[in-house]
Amino acid sequence: MSEAAAQHGPPQSFIWKYVFSLDHKIIGLQYYALALVAVFIGMFLSWLMRFHLVWPNAAIPGLQLLSKNGAPDGLITPEYYLSLLTMHGTLMVFFVLTNAPFAAFGNYFLPIQIGAEDMAFPRFNMMSFWTTFVAFVVLLAAFVVPDGPPISGWTAYAPLSAIGKDAGPGLGMGQNLWGISIAIFCIASLLGSLNFIATTLDLRAKGMTLMRMPISTWAWFITSCIALLAFAVLLPACLLLILDRVAGTSFFIPAGLVVSDRLQPHSGGSPLLWQHLFWFFGHPEVYIAILPAMGIVSHILINSMRKPLLSHKVVIGSMMAIGFLSYMVWGHHMFLSGMNPFSALVFSFPTLMITIPATILALIWLGSLYGSRLQITAASLFALGFISMFVSGGVSGFFLAQPAIDIYLHATYFVVGHFHLVMGVAAIFGIFAGTYFWMPKMTGRMMNETLGKIHFWLTFVGTYCIFMPFHYLGLAGNVRRYSSFVDDFMAPLMPVHKFITIAALCTGAAQLIFLYNLVHSRFWGPVAPENPWNATSLEWTIPSPPPWNNFGGIHPVVYHDPYQYSVEGAKEDFIMQNSPEQVETPIPS
Amino acid sequence: MSQANLAVDPHAAVMEESLFAIPSSKLVMWLFIISDAVTFAAFLFAYGYIRNASVDWPTPFESASIWNALLMTFILVTSSLTVLFAVRAAQNDDRAAAFKWTMITAAGGALFAILHLREWSSLIGQGVRLFQNPWGSPMFGATFFTITGLHMLHVIGGVIALTVVALTYKAGRYSAKHIEIWALYWHFVDIVWMFVVPLLYLMNMKRS
Repeated sequence: MSEAAAQHGPPQSFIWKYVFSLDHKIIGLQYYALALVAVFIGMFLSWLMRFHLVWPNAAIPGLQLLSKNGAPDGLITPEYYLSLLTMHGTLMVFFVLTNAPFAAFGNYFLPIQIGAEDMAFPRFNMMSFWTTFVAFVVLLAAFVVPDGPPISGWTAYAPLSAIGKDAGPGLGMGQNLWGISIAIFCIASLLGSLNFIATTLDLRAKGMTLMRMPISTWAWFITSCIALLAFAVLLPACLLLILDRVAGTSFFIPAGLVVSDRLQPHSGGSPLLWQHLFWFFGHPEVYIAILPAMGIVSHILINSMRKPLLSHKVVIGSMMAIGFLSYMVWGHHMFLSGMNPFSALVFSFPTLMITIPATILALIWLGSLYGSRLQITAASLFALGFISMFVSGGVSGFFLAQPAIDIYLHATYFVVGHFHLVMGVAAIFGIFAGTYFWMPKMTGRMMNETLGKIHFWLTFVGTYCIFMPFHYLGLAGNVRRYSSFVDDFMAPLMPVHKFITIAALCTGAAQLIFLYNLVHSRFWGPVAPENPWNATSLEWTIPSPPPWNNFGGIHPVVYHDPYQYSVEGAKEDFIMQNSPEQVETPIPS
Repeated sequence: MSQANLAVDPHAAVMEESLFAIPSSKLVMWLFIISDAVTFAAFLFAYGYIRNASVDWPTPFESASIWNALLMTFILVTSSLTVLFAVRAAQNDDRAAAFKWTMITAAGGALFAILHLREWSSLIGQGVRLFQNPWGSPMFGATFFTITGLHMLHVIGGVIALTVVALTYKAGRYSAKHIEIWALYWHFVDIVWMFVVPLLYLMNMKRS
């Protein structure tokens, strides 16, 4: 019963075709490009941090141009280290991990996978991208304001983030820009998730029942349901933070606070309130990053294994359970925040619960892989890499979920290693897998498989070399957020830090192979056929790249569950979703 | 975006039935309401958190303020009723009546906003600011103005939307659907106020 099918005609001029396009595919590519820019900036910042940790007295030539005060003569000050850390986290979490797997691939493929011509509200869709873009520019503007970016971390913990200039460099204008940027980002994400949900529910092709949607579509759908509620809490949190900073309120600032020898003119608020609001968003945000990657990886693995997962329904149910539970666990980020110790116990329980659906998912992937004849492609390698990262990072979650153990591990490199593996790198592996798998459809050119496999092995080994030692450092008591360890009791750990830095530099450099492959294949790669992977879902039934209205004005009709691979009695080893071919025993979903 | 007049729904023939038998734009309004409700919940949670943590939370509202709040409540609830009349008229294709009732609703909203602003200015006159007040915890003003301010923005936005919808509907470019969608929004604004009144007014009533 929808009236909202694509109402826009084919775009005419360059501006309407590529800049303010209403076409979900162009918008998806725009999100992808934005994430690509953000990820390289974010990675460069992590290089600076790793370099400084190991060689604190070595100047980085040219860095004084970026910040005169933060890096005089190219030497990073401790405060500027925190600025870099803040911007690294913010860029990566919001503009890479939220944008690429969810907004970019979701925009491009969700409408096609359900057989729609466009999103339900193409104008909203364009607005969400350009709002995100404004948020991105506002955030980067923090680099050029005199004091530089804020030093309060991507979590913007109050009162550090709330009191303003007195608290340190970057906490004047820089922190304001951060708050404004994230508030704008919230609005963009809310618009986007409204659109995703309406599209999924209303624009499915004839025969595309909910259970016939591919797992990737389900993942984007569940993710948008999570985002709809999560960003609705971060938005007021950011607004209150901005009020504290510019209007003199004290939502997050307690009474009697003396900072920089000055009694702060605030009273009545609570820094814990910020943590509650922030982490009520922050924990679901982890799943906003990882669920789309789970969907993409499942979609790709099924194709490479030529057989469906052990259970379509259980995978979807587990993702729903993860989404639901993600709202119950925010307190586990606050075990040491001064929250009532009893609440720590209460939050620990659902945190351990959430490992049940996550473990079910991992077991289903592994169980489905068992005995399958997996086709090794760059995409399937990265999908396997995702599972590896997700499990390795997830296992350390068991430890951190328990308040007694977390008291020791909190704010150490153990935590940093945990979340980088489980949400950071795992989601990045999902993005890479999606890129190698779908780029032929998006650009009409095949990517180079050999380069892709080299890229995989370098990234896979490199990532473990970086993040596994983090766990060891954390167990050894190495605290996070310090800019230098050379002069204190952590000096004996420096060789490990050196190893990590070298691994980080090499792994980062290996990403140039990916960039080269991406750009080269875009222009000079072999022309991609309609269905290079012999896949079954609807995106492979249309030309590469698809025309502006996806299905050329024809409404596809769906006859099959999404993953009809190796079906007995079929002409080939797969049946496409819109193929009228009937077999005696189709694979049930 | 959506088109106003679709005599025949071409959707049903070529697409799967939607999960809910409502137009996409109405679904989006429901989703917006869910999301916005969470936003208000976060604000009210912050208020409750800070109020509980304070030792000197003021309870300044005299009976005159409470009566004023109740009058505002009465106006808002009545406007929820008039918007129902508008929806019923629109469904019966009675364009004149639907226009009239929608405009009456918008007028109710405007009256609410005026009464609210009058109350604000009286509080400001008594020395209440975002960051201080004469009676106790400075967070009283911060929470009061933030939450009622956000609600007032919703009311003013609703008044503008209802007026635009009414005029466009009268001109024949909108259908009953649009009135229904903005009626939904209006009920939501009303329901939020039902939480604001006890939490921000009645709980802060002067104890005798």
